[in-house]
Amino acid sequence: MKRTLLTGNAAAAWGARLAAIDYVPAFPITPQTEIIETLAEWIDGGVLNARLVTLESEHSMLAAAGAAAVTGVRVFTATSSQGLLYGMEMLYNLAGWRAPLVLVNVSRGLSAPITLEPDHNDVLAARDSGFVQIHCATCQEVLDNVLLAYRLAEDGRVRLPVIVNLDGFYLSFTREPVEVPDPAVAKTFLPAFADLGQRFRGGQASSQAVAVLGGGPYSYFRYQVHLASEQAAAVYTELGEEFGRCFGRHYKTVETYCCDDAELVLVMIGSFATKAMPAIDRLRQAGHKVGLLRPRLVRPFPAAELRRLLQGRRGVAVVDQNLSPGQGGILHAELAATLYGLAERGPLLASFVGGLGGRDISEEEFLQIVEVLQQAVDSGEAPPPRLLFTAEELKQVRRLQDIAHGGQVGKGEDAS
Amino acid sequence: MSTTGQLEHSHLAPGTPLCAGCGGLQALQQLYRIVGERTVVVNAAGCMTLLAVYPFTPFAGCWLYTAMACAPAGAQGVRDALDIQLAKGRISEEENLATMVLTGDGSAYGMGLSATSAAIDRGLDFFYLCYDNEGYGNTGHQYSPATPRGAKTATSRVSGYAGFKKDLFAIWAAHRPSYVATAIAAEPQDLARKVKRAAALHGPRLLLVLAPCPTGWGFEPALTVKVGRLAVETGIWPLKEYVDGHIVHNKISRERKPLVDYLRLQGRFAHLFEPQCDERQLAELQQAVDDYWQEVVDNTGPSP
Repeated sequence: MKRTLLTGNAAAAWGARLAAIDYVPAFPITPQTEIIETLAEWIDGGVLNARLVTLESEHSMLAAAGAAAVTGVRVFTATSSQGLLYGMEMLYNLAGWRAPLVLVNVSRGLSAPITLEPDHNDVLAARDSGFVQIHCATCQEVLDNVLLAYRLAEDGRVRLPVIVNLDGFYLSFTREPVEVPDPAVAKTFLPAFADLGQRFRGGQASSQAVAVLGGGPYSYFRYQVHLASEQAAAVYTELGEEFGRCFGRHYKTVETYCCDDAELVLVMIGSFATKAMPAIDRLRQAGHKVGLLRPRLVRPFPAAELRRLLQGRRGVAVVDQNLSPGQGGILHAELAATLYGLAERGPLLASFVGGLGGRDISEEEFLQIVEVLQQAVDSGEAPPPRLLFTAEELKQVRRLQDIAHGGQVGKGEDAS
Repeated sequence: MSTTGQLEHSHLAPGTPLCAGCGGLQALQQLYRIVGERTVVVNAAGCMTLLAVYPFTPFAGCWLYTAMACAPAGAQGVRDALDIQLAKGRISEEENLATMVLTGDGSAYGMGLSATSAAIDRGLDFFYLCYDNEGYGNTGHQYSPATPRGAKTATSRVSGYAGFKKDLFAIWAAHRPSYVATAIAAEPQDLARKVKRAAALHGPRLLLVLAPCPTGWGFEPALTVKVGRLAVETGIWPLKEYVDGHIVHNKISRERKPLVDYLRLQGRFAHLFEPQCDERQLAELQQAVDDYWQEVVDNTGPSP
């Protein structure tokens, strides 16, 4: 089948096009904007029969998206970073409305200080909203998972909004060879918008998102969202296999690389996980039993699958591209909760934080991570959490500080 | 005339948890009878959010609660989704619905103003009812941008609100939508005429209704209509319309009642009368009303 060079943003737009979406509430934000520009051009050019409306904020964009989804159309929307947080109130609402729609988030570090480059604090801030989260590492995966996300969102066992996440710049603006599915096959895999009986129609009185009194009904409905999200793991597995039969590319809740006999395992999400692969190849050539594990689903957290895959390993290093100040890496904490209380002793767990604000992670650093992990396993003592940050980088920051403070920083340091 | 139907049973069911004598609910009752049940009411956080409490609703038609800032955007999504389904032949014209935003002044004058402005920019075909009770009523009546100068609220308990009521009518009208009007439930014929006029139009149609609030303003529920009438008769709540680029005042009375007649009935202004009369502030408030109407007369001439 023919492959074309597409950016991650274009791949996301292609996913939406092949999903035959009806409606795109939009708002521009870097690095997502190319997605809505592409869709706008297709809609204006008549190749996509949908309506695009630019709202005045992401908060309103998500309100319109959810309202349209519960009125009975297939909705696609996209944002990044500050936009996702600006709309945060509506993320929780849309999950509570059980609005079956797809939101592509192009990850970008959060302000302040303001930056354009990626890390995962934006999308992980939406962790507890009730949205399902699919994290992609390649442009192909982005396209395919937009289609999968609609099947998941519109599945009666799930019926939740879904975020498909890709990393700004590293995927959004990077061209990779992508196989664009045949529209007819895509239509077989994803038929017309599934009517889940949740809609506004003349002649049918219907109320949505009404208030409840007391904690009982609130607990019930909120827990329903949790149960639906938990179901999504099994449904995704099922759909990933069906997708494989249709298109030849199989998707699982957790991706593995060189894991079969691995004693040491790196755990990462998103495109930075692919940066670890050459390092693992090198270590394998030198005889080290090292592997990589990449959760594709972050919500629901594929705990059972992770337990199965990590049982019996000697050491696990989580490289978090996020930071919860006062706690550390978010996925490290989640994985620790997942592995705690295993029947047999679980692997030693080490925490690394790297790639904040798009800061690169070098092959050398991956080698060091594995070295630290190996030493920890040998000594039986978990190392303290570590930020990937070099002495040279610190020197550069000091230089910037020196300029910012008119030469005072250097002087102060000399004196101390 | 209205294309959205005037069905016999298109009224709100009784038994809502709203306060006795709610001037906002009176206005909504009157309006809903005209716009009818073939409507999706899109609500923002406020007193009226408690109309629909699971599993009950007083509405014969549809309801969607959004959040405080974005009811007009919710209406956009509903309207677009219905239009898309009509255009793609997935629903019939009989299944179509009108879209109506329902918010208080807290949302309309402040947090939701950006969303309203943008909905008007986009020419959204919707109806907006703001029940203006001049404060954040649902949280215990703190001052809002709609609170009149001098009124005591839960956050201006000592000497009254130091600011001035924002002119939302002028802000809405400056967007040049299809229709803007002020109204009050105490003048039901005027309100009904305006709703019918708006219902016959397309595009953004906005109705700003003063909602006398016994709980927040400090008067007996039985006095809601009286307070409402006095708001009009003293001239502090001008009844007016913006249509086709012009503002028309519906009642220009040469002999307005003194403003103190209106203020004296309300606990929120009691500090202007007791323990001693604050002549200076009362005169200022009266002067503001007089100045407003002088400008109206200067611009339009006295009513026939």
